[in-house]
Amino acid sequence: MEVLRITTSGSVDDGKSTLIGRLLYDTHSIPQDKMEALHAASKRKGLDFTDLSLLTDGLVAEREQGITIDVAHIYFSTPTRKYIIADTPGHIEYTRNMVTGASTAQVSLILIDARKGIVEQTYRHFFIASLLRIPHLVICVNKMDLVEYSEARFNQIVEDFQLLLTSAGYKAPSIKFIPISSLYGENVAARSSKIAWYQGDSLLEYLEQITFDHADNEHPARFPVQSVIRPRTEAFHDFRGFAGKVASGHFNVGDEIISLPSQQKSRIKTIEKFDTQLSTAAARESVVITLEDEIDTSRGSMLSKAENPPALLKEISAQVCWMDQQKLVPGKTYLLQHGINRVKAKVQLIQHVIDVTSNKVLEDKKELGLNDIGKITLKMAQPIFADPYAANPANGAFILVDEFSNATVAVGFVE
Amino acid sequence: MTNKIQWEFPQALEDEAIYILRETAAQFERPAILFSGGKDSITIVRLAQKAFYPAKVPFPLLHVDTGHNFPETIQFRDWLVESLGLDLRVRYVQDSINQGKVQEETGKYASRNALQTVTLLDAIEELKFDACIGGARRDEEKARAKERVFSVRDEFGQWNAKMQRPEMFDMLNGKIHLGENVRVFPISNWTELDVWNYIRREKLEIPSIYFSHEREIIERDGMYWPASPFLNTTEDETPFRQKVRFRTVGDMTCTAAVISEADKLEDIISEILEAKISERGARIDDKRSEAAMEKRKQAGYF
Repeated sequence: MEVLRITTSGSVDDGKSTLIGRLLYDTHSIPQDKMEALHAASKRKGLDFTDLSLLTDGLVAEREQGITIDVAHIYFSTPTRKYIIADTPGHIEYTRNMVTGASTAQVSLILIDARKGIVEQTYRHFFIASLLRIPHLVICVNKMDLVEYSEARFNQIVEDFQLLLTSAGYKAPSIKFIPISSLYGENVAARSSKIAWYQGDSLLEYLEQITFDHADNEHPARFPVQSVIRPRTEAFHDFRGFAGKVASGHFNVGDEIISLPSQQKSRIKTIEKFDTQLSTAAARESVVITLEDEIDTSRGSMLSKAENPPALLKEISAQVCWMDQQKLVPGKTYLLQHGINRVKAKVQLIQHVIDVTSNKVLEDKKELGLNDIGKITLKMAQPIFADPYAANPANGAFILVDEFSNATVAVGFVE
Repeated sequence: MTNKIQWEFPQALEDEAIYILRETAAQFERPAILFSGGKDSITIVRLAQKAFYPAKVPFPLLHVDTGHNFPETIQFRDWLVESLGLDLRVRYVQDSINQGKVQEETGKYASRNALQTVTLLDAIEELKFDACIGGARRDEEKARAKERVFSVRDEFGQWNAKMQRPEMFDMLNGKIHLGENVRVFPISNWTELDVWNYIRREKLEIPSIYFSHEREIIERDGMYWPASPFLNTTEDETPFRQKVRFRTVGDMTCTAAVISEADKLEDIISEILEAKISERGARIDDKRSEAAMEKRKQAGYF
């Protein structure tokens, strides 16, 4: 069974949490006792309906303010697939959480309030989806009930969004527009009879059909080594295996590989998953690889097919999203974590900052603060073995860690 | 939910959990598995076994024994440790009571659930664990839905929801200051059904109380409580025998039973697919208030 990961974003009050609540409700994923708790909590708040958004706002502060602060993960299954929704806050000050929620998603679900149309934050959400190159975009025009289910209104918003797409640099492989009312469940799970002019799939029908993007498998083969397994027992006296999760591409027994940074070559002797021997390992599989020869490889090394290794980069230009209260300090040394590999990295230069609502480069702004997105130059103490994010996302992202606070202060995308 | 459909286990979840366990072994000096004897921690042990094979599981197991466990759970724990050659450390809530660090609750709802946090934090300090691996899942409860895979705690074990580190892609940052520790949740993205499907796929043994059996119970607040010397009962609460099973394994004082005939894994899975009450709905400790879990997490509960 496959897992489809979705990120939802929306502005304040455009009904994101209600939509998720609705999806859970319509797929019978809310157990009776949780439903009763919802009724009771809604009543306490003086509401005359069951507020499904209360299901996802898990923190006391969120319930008090009626907003989403942190990323919440929500799970439901249909007989077709398992769904994981990262429900992220729509407020500007939580951009970092939006990026976090979006980082693992195959689908970005963007909500637009039918009355308001495209607003500043829609640009922000679209920008993040395109920064992360999320393959599937689903634009839900919500609150259709408040515009009398007007086709003209829906078409206007679609047209406006198309303009936004044309102006952006990123063409998502698939884009779908759906008119919905999350409050009344129109076009959420079942097709709506009130929106008869729309002949397409409901949201859930559409999600059920999304074809999985196995592009990762076609990308160059990359295997970051997490650890060396050496049992030193009698039965496995000479066993020396490299444990890791295939980042991208696939490896076969017999493949000639190169280990970085040592640049020594060998061939794959076995690929093992617990006590099973495999002939191949595909992207995202956790395996143990043994080699024909004893070559210099340890945690942080990367195995790659010999014919197509990544470059050893000592200086990179990267888009970054800053995630810390403390601004980026030019000239300061941070820890750069690429996959599992950590090296020291110094920020050489802030090239520019981007205004994500207009997609315009602010050449004059030379400061990156919390929730800012911009381009920087980094110089590393040791090389990293990365691919450009656009060419191979699974081997093109990194985080920056502050050596003193230990906080994760930024996420970056190698150019 | 549709009846009679047996969903298959999503393999991606195992690959992700194994990756997390390997990161835990690599990034920390003294990690440990928090073992309760329940199905989630049994799953964690299996994942750890698979992650490092053919080498041994590189973590000890830490069990905080409240003294109010189901005897079947303790028997199972000892059997599992013995058969897999694991290293088990046990610390007792009774010792924390004797030391005057915590006080036994009174009244008919008295349980040692909240008390175990103190014993746990003391054990972490004493055994110098810098990472504790737990079987908590985000689908269990709404405060847990906000939890990270690597969750940093201060030296008081406190969870600060607003100061959580962003977790990007699958990159885990386990860097901490001396005195801090991290709670690690490898099966964050699993649901109850995923765990059961995994137990079935891996043919794992589990404590007998998960299966239907006859036992003495009392009825209170519309729930079935296992009769035990640890439960403070009122005069009108008379125990009776009933065929039941447990969906979750906590203390005898805070885990309610469900009436069930399911005595095979297949039947349990069908029952869950049909169930109308959520798993933690049978956890009396969560019923104390809407924010019960969030409050306990802030205080260092895992």
